[in-house]
Amino acid sequence: MEEIKKKEQEQTTTHKIGIYLWIWALLFILSFFSYMVDWYQFQGMLRWSLILIFMFLKAGLIMAFFMHLFWERYALVNVLLWPMTAIACFIFLMAAEFKYTLFTRLLYFFVGG
Amino acid sequence: MSDPKIEGYQFKPGFKGMAEDTGSDQTMFKGVHWGKAMMWIFLLSDTFVFSCFLISYMKGRGSTPVEWPNASEVFGLHVFGVDVPLLLIAIMTFVLITSSGTMALAVKYGYEKNRKMCGWLILATAIGGLTFVGMQAFEWSKLIHEGVRPWENPFGAAQFGSFFFMITGFHGTHVSIGVIFLFIYAYKTFAGHYDEGKRGWFTTMKGDYVEIEILGLYWHFVDLVWVFIFAFFYLW
Repeated sequence: MEEIKKKEQEQTTTHKIGIYLWIWALLFILSFFSYMVDWYQFQGMLRWSLILIFMFLKAGLIMAFFMHLFWERYALVNVLLWPMTAIACFIFLMAAEFKYTLFTRLLYFFVGG
Repeated sequence: MSDPKIEGYQFKPGFKGMAEDTGSDQTMFKGVHWGKAMMWIFLLSDTFVFSCFLISYMKGRGSTPVEWPNASEVFGLHVFGVDVPLLLIAIMTFVLITSSGTMALAVKYGYEKNRKMCGWLILATAIGGLTFVGMQAFEWSKLIHEGVRPWENPFGAAQFGSFFFMITGFHGTHVSIGVIFLFIYAYKTFAGHYDEGKRGWFTTMKGDYVEIEILGLYWHFVDLVWVFIFAFFYLW
């Protein structure tokens, strides 16, 4: 009990400034890298995968450390993150939908049905 | 980061703690300030709003047979006789990350009850946000000058304009609201409202530095959304 309380007490105070400065620097570096993706005009799968990797790294760092989710209660973290699966489902549904729309447009605009 | 003053409060880490929180009586997020929980719920709903915008952008861009405008040229700037691709957007990204960092430090100094440092950092954050909105206004007027409209543009697929104005406009609105609140909170911090526990305008809640963290959550969320807009709209 005492140990848990003591640990919590440390959490209610603050974290070392070094953590924030490190995350800050990392965010700058990752943003610079994602700008370089455009600068060097990478194309195709390389471009898309690099963009996604840098994006998720940046988003994760911001949420975990700047928004304190890393130190937050699991109940709160899970309530926040599980609804994201609904968004993922929506993305897959709409991805199927736009392919179909494109197919019908090409068929009727250019082939003529 | 939690408020241990709530009665019967015990911190248990991991899934065991989560199960106990979820199955517990009266309060689910024991020890989490109600304002913070509500801000998180609001941000979750806002996440859905922005996701819907970005998903409709994906659908619009994916389903048009016309070529999509090349963002790297459209948002490029001509400086010192050289064309630099996406320069303005890159600067905007760095400005927003800078302001996010100062906000994180403001929250830290707030919890340490360092009033001056906290206030100056919030003010720096507000100025960063103001710079961002200013550059966005410049970007909008530049594109409108070049003939980009929600229904047409000279670069390619007509849908480009409507998605651009809708997504960046909604994000810019969020930044603007954030800047207004940052200035208000900077004033409240300097005036010592959080040290004295002075009540706010529309609330009986006593002023506390946890409010800085709640404001910080909103501001980091604005930065978070920009990460996704930057990746999908400007880089893709």
